[in-house]
Amino acid sequence: MTTAVWAAVLIGLGTVALRASVLVFAEHLADLPPRVHEVLRMIPPAALAALVTPALLRPEGQLAVFGPEALAGLAALVIAVRTRSLLATILVGLVAVIALQLLLG
Amino acid sequence: MRDGAKTVLPILVGVIPFGFIIGLTAVQTGLGLAGAVMFSVVIYAGAAQLAALNLLGVGASLPVVVGTALVINVRFLLYSASLAPHLAEQSRRRRLLAAYLLTDQAYAVSLVRFRERLDPRSRWRFYLGAGVAMWVTWQLSTVAGALGGGTVPASVPLGFAVPLAFLALLVPNVTDRPTVAAAVVSGVVAVVAAPLGGAALPVAAVSGVAAGAALALSSGRS
Repeated sequence: MTTAVWAAVLIGLGTVALRASVLVFAEHLADLPPRVHEVLRMIPPAALAALVTPALLRPEGQLAVFGPEALAGLAALVIAVRTRSLLATILVGLVAVIALQLLLG
Repeated sequence: MRDGAKTVLPILVGVIPFGFIIGLTAVQTGLGLAGAVMFSVVIYAGAAQLAALNLLGVGASLPVVVGTALVINVRFLLYSASLAPHLAEQSRRRRLLAAYLLTDQAYAVSLVRFRERLDPRSRWRFYLGAGVAMWVTWQLSTVAGALGGGTVPASVPLGFAVPLAFLALLVPNVTDRPTVAAAVVSGVVAVVAAPLGGAALPVAAVSGVAAGAALALSSGRS
């Protein structure tokens, strides 16, 4: 339990430091060179893609390129591109994964 | 604030089972309700909490537990950099609060909204709304998991809503060839590097940013 408390405190402090790292100095960012903005612009697509693909292609750890999650993800991607709706994407993806798990189960 | 909370709502549906599992795991690891709440309030980062709990459960040493969790959370440094220009007008105290509330979910919905030309006040309110809604949901679902474990409906994979939400938020961020490269490289590296565990996510994100930035800067778009 003592280890757990220390772990929570140290991870908490480290995480706040990471989260605050650039935000606390934000007022000095006003005149960043355009090249830096160009690099910052790459963060959302890169970070979001890294959160998505393992959940779709390695849902249980092993690679499953044609598994229910991957196929449902593909269906959700089509909906996301067409509708740009968060709710529609989630609903279609969830219904698809449940249906595919039953079919391919 | 309402706008932000409303926008993040569909994602929260997927967050609840995740928080529930974290609360349950904390109790199973022997931390009790108080420990589960402490983890969720002090760390407030699901993937890092889960990794730390698993490692504590197998008796890993403190440096390994802390190191693994922080490697998983390195992505917050990228989010912090990405969000900073949008919140630069806010006071330092507000930006510290924004930092504590920084999560994948709050970041992703806010960045998509900030593409529209909002004034600083609306940006702050939107972010705060999304951030607070996420925080409250996380704490409540952790407590629910710690108290009422064992009733997760396995037949409904609600947790799958989380990657689906990120997929929906990814699409509007992919607008040209450099952003396509960033997403594809990062997505492929994340799958290939998955056996690395906690390090896979930051390695993938940095690879993607590097690929996209290299393409953008070489084609002279800047």
